[in-house]
Amino acid sequence: MPSISMTVNGKTVSGDIEGRTLLVQFLRENLRLTGTHVGCDTSQCGACVVIMNGDSVKACTVLAASADGADVKTIEGMANADGSLSVIQQAFQDNHGLQCGFCTPGMVMSAADLLHQNPSPSEGEIRDWLEGNICRCTGYHNIVKSIQAAAASLSA
Amino acid sequence: MPKDQGIGASSKRREDVRFLTGKGQYTDDINRPDQVYAYFLRSNVAHGTLNGVDTAAASAAPGVLRVFTAADLEGVGGIPCGWLITDKNGDPMKEPKHPILAEGKVNHVGDPIACVVAESLNQARDAAEMIEPDISELPAVIDMRAAISGGPAVHTEAPDNICYDWDFVAENKDAVAEAIAGAHHVTTLELVNNRMVANPMEPRAAIGEYDAGRGEHTLYTTSQNPHLTRLLMGAFVLSIPEHKLRVVAPDVGGGFGTKIAHYAEEAFVTWAAKEVGRPVKWTADRSEAFMSDTHGRDHVTKVELALDENGKFLAYRSTTLANMGAYLSTFSTCVPTWLHGILLAGNYTTPLIFTNVKAVFTNTVPLDASRGAGRPEATFQLERTIDKAAREMGIDPIELRRRNFIAPDAFPYQTPVAVEYDTGNYHATMDKAVEMADLDGFAARKAESAARGKLRGLGIVHYIEACGIAPSALVGSLGARAGLYEAATVRVNPTGNVSVFTGSHSHGQGHETTFAQVVAEMLGCDEANVDIVHGDTARIPFGMGTYGSRSLAVGGSAIYRSVEKIIAKAKKIAAHLMEASDADVTFADGQFTVAGTDKSVDWGTVALTAYVPHNFPHDTLEPGLEETSFYDPANFTYPAGAYICEVEVDADTGKVEIQSFIAADDFGNIVNPMIVEGQVHGGVAHGLGQALLEHCIYDSDGQLVSASFMDYAMPRADDLPSFVVDHSCATPCTHNPLGVKGCGEAGAIGSPPTLVNAVVDALSDHGVTHIDMPLTPSRVWAAIQAAKN
Repeated sequence: MPSISMTVNGKTVSGDIEGRTLLVQFLRENLRLTGTHVGCDTSQCGACVVIMNGDSVKACTVLAASADGADVKTIEGMANADGSLSVIQQAFQDNHGLQCGFCTPGMVMSAADLLHQNPSPSEGEIRDWLEGNICRCTGYHNIVKSIQAAAASLSA
Repeated sequence: MPKDQGIGASSKRREDVRFLTGKGQYTDDINRPDQVYAYFLRSNVAHGTLNGVDTAAASAAPGVLRVFTAADLEGVGGIPCGWLITDKNGDPMKEPKHPILAEGKVNHVGDPIACVVAESLNQARDAAEMIEPDISELPAVIDMRAAISGGPAVHTEAPDNICYDWDFVAENKDAVAEAIAGAHHVTTLELVNNRMVANPMEPRAAIGEYDAGRGEHTLYTTSQNPHLTRLLMGAFVLSIPEHKLRVVAPDVGGGFGTKIAHYAEEAFVTWAAKEVGRPVKWTADRSEAFMSDTHGRDHVTKVELALDENGKFLAYRSTTLANMGAYLSTFSTCVPTWLHGILLAGNYTTPLIFTNVKAVFTNTVPLDASRGAGRPEATFQLERTIDKAAREMGIDPIELRRRNFIAPDAFPYQTPVAVEYDTGNYHATMDKAVEMADLDGFAARKAESAARGKLRGLGIVHYIEACGIAPSALVGSLGARAGLYEAATVRVNPTGNVSVFTGSHSHGQGHETTFAQVVAEMLGCDEANVDIVHGDTARIPFGMGTYGSRSLAVGGSAIYRSVEKIIAKAKKIAAHLMEASDADVTFADGQFTVAGTDKSVDWGTVALTAYVPHNFPHDTLEPGLEETSFYDPANFTYPAGAYICEVEVDADTGKVEIQSFIAADDFGNIVNPMIVEGQVHGGVAHGLGQALLEHCIYDSDGQLVSASFMDYAMPRADDLPSFVVDHSCATPCTHNPLGVKGCGEAGAIGSPPTLVNAVVDALSDHGVTHIDMPLTPSRVWAAIQAAKN
C-alpha cells in the first residue's frame, strides 16, 4: 500500500492507501472530512470540488496518490479563523444560494476559484464557469446571485 | 419577537451554516462502529429467468462475510404498494410481488440479484464480479403500446401487462362523447410526457444496525418520510414491530419524490445487519441510482377538447397509457389516477370531463412520484391542448383562457372531477404575469430577433395543482392504504425555549427556519429560541413526511394546533400565578396579562412554573408544558399561477434559447418569501429541464441508455436564465389555520407546457403544431423539416 502525505486545510496529514483510492475517498474515509460530497461517478456534478495547489479540481477524478505532497483546501477549511462564515459562504446564506446543501460545498469551492481568477465576473461568465457543478434544488438563480454578491463584497 | 422575524419575514436559513461549513450529516457521512459494506449485483438484462446464482467464488473472496440471494431471505416479504386502485370493472389492480432480491426472474436492468457484504466496499465490489448468475434471457417489453398489444408478459399475474384500466368520471363517459360529437370545434392532440429521473444530488444510501442486547433495529436512510418507511418495512417486509425499529433520515440531499418510496436496499441492510451481527452500509453510485431510483412521468396521452363557437370549453376527454415499470412502487398507482384525473378541469369551467388511464407493466425501473406527480402530466396535456385550440380557432391564447376561467366570485367551486377548489383568482395572476412580461413589447422583440435570423416565440400557461396532501377520509375512500395527516409535538422547556418535533421532513425546504418563524410569531419570542427536530422516529411522535407540497399546509398546521394548546395551558398557569380567572388572561408579545389590571407575568416565568409546580392546584392543572396534535386537512390546497416564457429558436440548428421566464403564483399566505421564491426557481428549472433537455431512454432490448450524467442531460447553470417571480396575488387557503397553499412543485408543473407553447409559437409560421419533449435541437430541427415537407 502506498503511503501518502499532504496538507489539508493547513494541517499535514498522511495515510496508507490502496493505489485505486481517489482523493475524495481519502478525504471522506481516511480523514473523515465528509463535507466534500460524491454526487456522480463520471466527473460531471462537481459536488466533490476542492482546491488543490490553488486550482479547483474534482476530487473524484484525482487519485489520492497523485495528491501526495499537495496543498488541499476543502469546505471545512473555508470559514474565517474565528469560525465565522467567509465572504463567499456568507453570500450564499444571505442570498439563499442553497437548499438541500449537497452540491453546496462544491459550489462554494468552485466559486472561490472563479473569484480568484476573475474578481468581477458577469452573470454569463458565472453561468459558464458553473457548467461543471450541478444543482437540482435552486435552478441556479440564487447561486449566481450569491456569487455576484460575494464578488461585490470582495472588491468593495 | 424582533420586528424582522416571524411570519412574512425572509429570515435567513439557520440550516445553511452547517451545510456551508461541511458539517451537514447526510447518510453516507455516517459511519457506525464495526460497520461492513453491502454491494448489490444487479441484472444486466431487462427480462430473464433466473435459474440459479453461483456465489461460491465470491463467498471465498477476501474480506467477504456473506453473499446473499433470495434463497437466504425466507420469511421476508415483498415491497408493498401503498395505494389500491380499483379498475373500471370493480376489480382490484394487479399487484405482483416485488421481492427484495430477484426470485427466479429478473424484470428490469438494475433488478438486484445478490448482495455481497464485506469488510470494505472495494472487497464487496470485487467479490460481486465473481458471482455468476445463470439467466435465460426472455424477450423484453419496453414500449407501452407494444406491452398491451400482445407483447411478452412481465408478470404472469398480468398477461396483458395491464395493472389497471381506470375510468374517471365513469358516469360522464357517454355525456362527454355526445358533447364532443356535436361540438362546433374539437381540438385533438397526441403527446408524450417524457420519462424523467428526479436525480437529487445526494444518491440514496442506507445503514442497517442491530442491537442484539435490546433486540432493536435502526435504519439510517435517505428518506422523505422515515415513519412511512418504518411502517411499510416493519409491518409488511421484515415483520419488526414499531417499538423495536427506529428509522433515521438525517440531512437528506434533495428528494423530489424519488425518496418517498420504500426501497429494497433499506430492507436489505436492516435485515442483513442482524444476520451478520454488524452494521451494514450501502451507498448508491450515480449509475446505480439511475437503475434503481424510481423514475417519473412516462405517459402517452391522447386529448380531445370540445369548444363552442365562442371558445367555451364544452367537454374534455383524454386517454393515457401510464408506465408503472416492472413493479409497483409505494405511491406509483395513485400518480396517474387520483393525482392526475382530479386536475383535468384546470382553472376552467369545463362541465364534462372523462379520462381513461391504463397502467402498464414494462421491463423498466419502477416509476413513482416525481416533483408534481400526476399534476404536471394533467397540466401539460390541458395547457398544450388549449394553446392548440386557440391557434386553430384564431383566438388569442390569453383571451381563450380568460373566457373559460372560473370566476373569482365562484369559489368554493365544485369541479366535475371530484375536487372542490376553496379559493383562487386566476384573472389576477394572469394580469400580473402579463404586466410583468411586457407583452406590448413582444412584437418589437420578435422583429429584433428576426433581424438576427432567429424565431421568437411566446408561451403562456395558467396551471393549478392540488397540494397539502391530503384529507385522510377522502384518500381512504380512493384506495390509499394510509392516512395523510401530520403530527407535531411542541415542548416548552423549563427556561422557556421551545423544541418542536415535526413529522414533516426537510430535504432542502428549510423547515428548520420557516417552522420556527411560525412558532415565534405565535409565541412572540425570538426565532432563535425555537428549535425544529425532524427525521427520527425515536424522537418524533409520528409523521407522514414531506411530498405533495404538504409540509407547511399540513405539518405547519399540526404545529399551529399544538402551539394553540400550549398557549391555552400557559394561560391557566398564568391565571394561577396572578390569582385570576383563565378567561381574563390575555397573551401577547410574550406577556400574560389580566384584562383591566396591571397584573402580568412573562413567558419565562410561566414556563419555569410549569416545571416547578410547587403550589399547583394538581387536581385541575398538570405540571409540564408540552402538547401534541395530529392535523388532518379538510381539503387539498389549490395553488395556481400564470407563467410566461419567451424563447428564441435557431431554425438552422433547432437550438432553443430561453430569453425570459416569468411566474406569477398564488400560494396563499407566505411565511418566508425568500424561501418560497427559491422553491419556484428550482421547480421552474426542473420543469424546463424536462421540456428542453432531460430524457430517460431505454433501447428496445431494455438497456438503460441514459444511465449517467454524461448521457442524461441535467439542466446546468448555462442552460437557464434568471427568473422573474411574484407571489403577490394571494387568495389564502380557507381551511388551514395558516392560510397557506404550498409552493414546492408549482414550478415543475407550470413550466414544461409554457416552454413548449413558446417554441411552438416561434415555429407556428413554419406550420409546426406540436413537438414532444424534450425539445432538443435535433427534435426541433426535425419538426421544422417535417412541417416544410
